[in-house]
Amino acid sequence: MSTPNASGNVLLTHAVGLHARPSVKLTKLAKTFGASIDIAPGPDGPWIDAKSIVRVMGAKVPQGAYLHFRAVGQDAAAAVAALIGLVERDFDDTPADAASG
Amino acid sequence: MTANVGIVIVSHSAEVARGTADMVRQMVGDEVPLAFCGGDPGGGLGTNVESIMSAIDQAWSDKGVAILVDLGGAETNSEMAIEMQPPERQGRIVVCNAPIVEGAVMAATEASGGAALDDVKRTAEELYPG
Repeated sequence: MSTPNASGNVLLTHAVGLHARPSVKLTKLAKTFGASIDIAPGPDGPWIDAKSIVRVMGAKVPQGAYLHFRAVGQDAAAAVAALIGLVERDFDDTPADAASG
Repeated sequence: MTANVGIVIVSHSAEVARGTADMVRQMVGDEVPLAFCGGDPGGGLGTNVESIMSAIDQAWSDKGVAILVDLGGAETNSEMAIEMQPPERQGRIVVCNAPIVEGAVMAATEASGGAALDDVKRTAEELYPG
């Protein structure tokens, strides 16, 4: 049996893109899953480790980009669904957070 | 035991130390043991070994403690504070070679996921390598 894998993408609507606070939230959520998870600013990459706060923040994915996810591991599908949910909820930010990045 | 590596912030300025700790709490959350110290008792700038030792006690975790410092004396006094720890803590406290604010947020983010001390230190230092 092959290892489960999953992928998906979501439009990044957050006002400042994938900046400091959204990056921390995304990384923390990714770390709660056993699956290995990569994110990319487009379908062709460059793929970076979603559990690396330094790389996620360093990617500087802008508002309006489609954030792509791919995951491999037993909880891959749940991981991708949860991460897409976080982006769709605008990282659970308050409006004040969004304004200040 | 606490499941996550603790973070200690040591600045010459009490306000920088407190502000850095605020950023960690607000950006990362409460799941990482965190303590900070800075300034001298008279309200001026400075660091001292006793305050650092007390901060290490506050943030202590069996998984270890990562210290973020600003300049000169913050680093040397942190190293002295580590040397004065009991033997069972030796080797489980490290000073990160990283900028204090950014390093503290990076280290705490890594620590919040249950990472080992080496990984927490490496993550803090990865931001501005060299």
